[in-house]
Amino acid sequence: MLYRTAGQFKTSYAEDHALFPVRQDAMLLGVILLFAFVILPLTASAFTFQALLIPVLIYALAALGLNILTGYAGQLSLGTGAFMGVGAYACYKLITIFPELNIFLAIALSGFFSAGTGVLFGLPSLRIKGFYLAIATLAAQFFLVWLFQKWGWLYNYSSSGAIQVPNIEMFGVTVTGPRASDLVQYYFVLVVVCLVTWLAINITRGRIGRMWKAVRDMDIAAELVGINLMRAKLTAFFVSSYIVGVSGALFVFMWRGAAEANLFDISLSFRVLFIAIIGGLGSILGNYLGAFLIVALPVVIGAVPAAFGIPISSSTVEHLNVMTIGALIIAFLILEPHGLARLWAIIREKLVLWPFPH
Amino acid sequence: MNLHADPAAFAEPDDGIAKGAVLLEIRNISLAFGGVKALTDISFNVRKGEIRAIIGPNGAGKTSMLNVVNGFYTPQKGSITFRGRERRAMKPHHAVGQGIARTFQNVALFKGMSTLDNIMAGRSVMMKRNILWQMIWHGPALKEEIAHREVVEEIIDFLEIQHIRHTPVGKLPYGLQKRVELGRALAMEPSLLLLDEPMAGMNLEEKEDMSRFILDVNQQRGTTIALIEHDMGVVMDLSDRVVVLDYGKIIADGAPDQVKNDQGVIDAYLGVPH
Repeated sequence: MLYRTAGQFKTSYAEDHALFPVRQDAMLLGVILLFAFVILPLTASAFTFQALLIPVLIYALAALGLNILTGYAGQLSLGTGAFMGVGAYACYKLITIFPELNIFLAIALSGFFSAGTGVLFGLPSLRIKGFYLAIATLAAQFFLVWLFQKWGWLYNYSSSGAIQVPNIEMFGVTVTGPRASDLVQYYFVLVVVCLVTWLAINITRGRIGRMWKAVRDMDIAAELVGINLMRAKLTAFFVSSYIVGVSGALFVFMWRGAAEANLFDISLSFRVLFIAIIGGLGSILGNYLGAFLIVALPVVIGAVPAAFGIPISSSTVEHLNVMTIGALIIAFLILEPHGLARLWAIIREKLVLWPFPH
Repeated sequence: MNLHADPAAFAEPDDGIAKGAVLLEIRNISLAFGGVKALTDISFNVRKGEIRAIIGPNGAGKTSMLNVVNGFYTPQKGSITFRGRERRAMKPHHAVGQGIARTFQNVALFKGMSTLDNIMAGRSVMMKRNILWQMIWHGPALKEEIAHREVVEEIIDFLEIQHIRHTPVGKLPYGLQKRVELGRALAMEPSLLLLDEPMAGMNLEEKEDMSRFILDVNQQRGTTIALIEHDMGVVMDLSDRVVVLDYGKIIADGAPDQVKNDQGVIDAYLGVPH
């Protein structure tokens, strides 16, 4: 009933190509954006910002980047953590070399460093596929983290080997560093994430998105319709790594405040990959659902027993969290390989017909 | 939207070759994989506007022949002249650029994409807006998308697959998948269309539909077609000229009736007592 599409006719192809051809979807998005931009900032506590809202957005962005490469273009990557690191270190170097640089611009530029690195490590994809490519990206993962540790210039030769985010102002408001307020950082991340998501949706629904999906589904046939495989794969690596790099810069500048090399190790790569798989490969929405699940889970597991007055140690929370995530991944791979996004699509299909079964 | 495909909308492919003149000339092609000779000294031609059938028993080298024509295989000897230009080695996307499209024996569609997207993918080469325009979407990129969508919708009308426009092709029955694959090849507006067993695994009704589409493509759009097919009834009815391969060699070439009564062809199909 709520989702009835009857009576919504399209009289031009432009209408059919709209982002939300179904009116209810647009309204739903409106409600979500209202929550994100108005209601949550008014009500959320500092803990909610730090433990839930900001990380959900940043992880979702990282997963979106990975999803473009793995879900759309079908190239498996295990180097996401390291590419996030490239974005973070690039942003750090940019603001130390050019202190006057607008932080928004610095983050946007740092994505290009990550994109370049991604293309470089994506070159093997022209020759190898599937698991073998994953091994090649794994090499990137270990090499880059090693580089973050050994190349002192990257962290300005600080004795701790870590990068510290300074206080940076944008238009008179402190947006990064210890003095920045959660609210400002949240809005900053939200705006960047919304913008990048919109651009990513546009790319994936047009010619380039079709090109990527064609390469994913059957590369021989893709070549046959005149798609240049090399260009398709390398643009996927470029766009994907750019987004991942931006998310890495946000990760350090807007959330962690400081970082050392092993923050970007393989476990971060897996975390982002899990988000993409649980959310749904080949979907944009899924990244948000997956990120919400993975980030919210430990918070919920920690909070629920406490709410019932059951004492629970933080290490037990951690164990429970790891076990639940592991179980979820196995369950999703078996029951719904297309993830939460597909679950939502099925629910939506049922809602359109409800209350009739067919 | 028009329900009946307008024949005037299908302009004849402009390839600078007059109707009836030689469009594709294959001269002395030999192809071997190591010691296995797939094709030996093959020469034949395809004239503009005709339906040319390539037949032969299993393993005769028919598919290898198509693979040579569209650049998947590079022959060791011989030359191919297409639209007056001679070439030896090339890549499949060069063949696309010159106006050769093809379908596969085992359907080679993009399974995760909808029918519409599959056919739109056939127009990838013709779409020029770069990634920056694509990112903004509204404006030139959308305009281009819609212009191509209109052409694709013509093809969808023509093949009568409007109802599966938004269905992922992986979910479609085999006969419809074959039709979508033909649609994708047509979207490339080829001057030469290669069909590798377009009717394999179809029932009679589907075969009749497919035959009608092939004839319509040939007559309304003026597309030259080279097809491989095992159903002799279809081959004899559809094609203007037939070339017969056996063990990588040409054993007959000519009009359907002439080929049908050729003793060498009968022997190849039925076998001869030794």
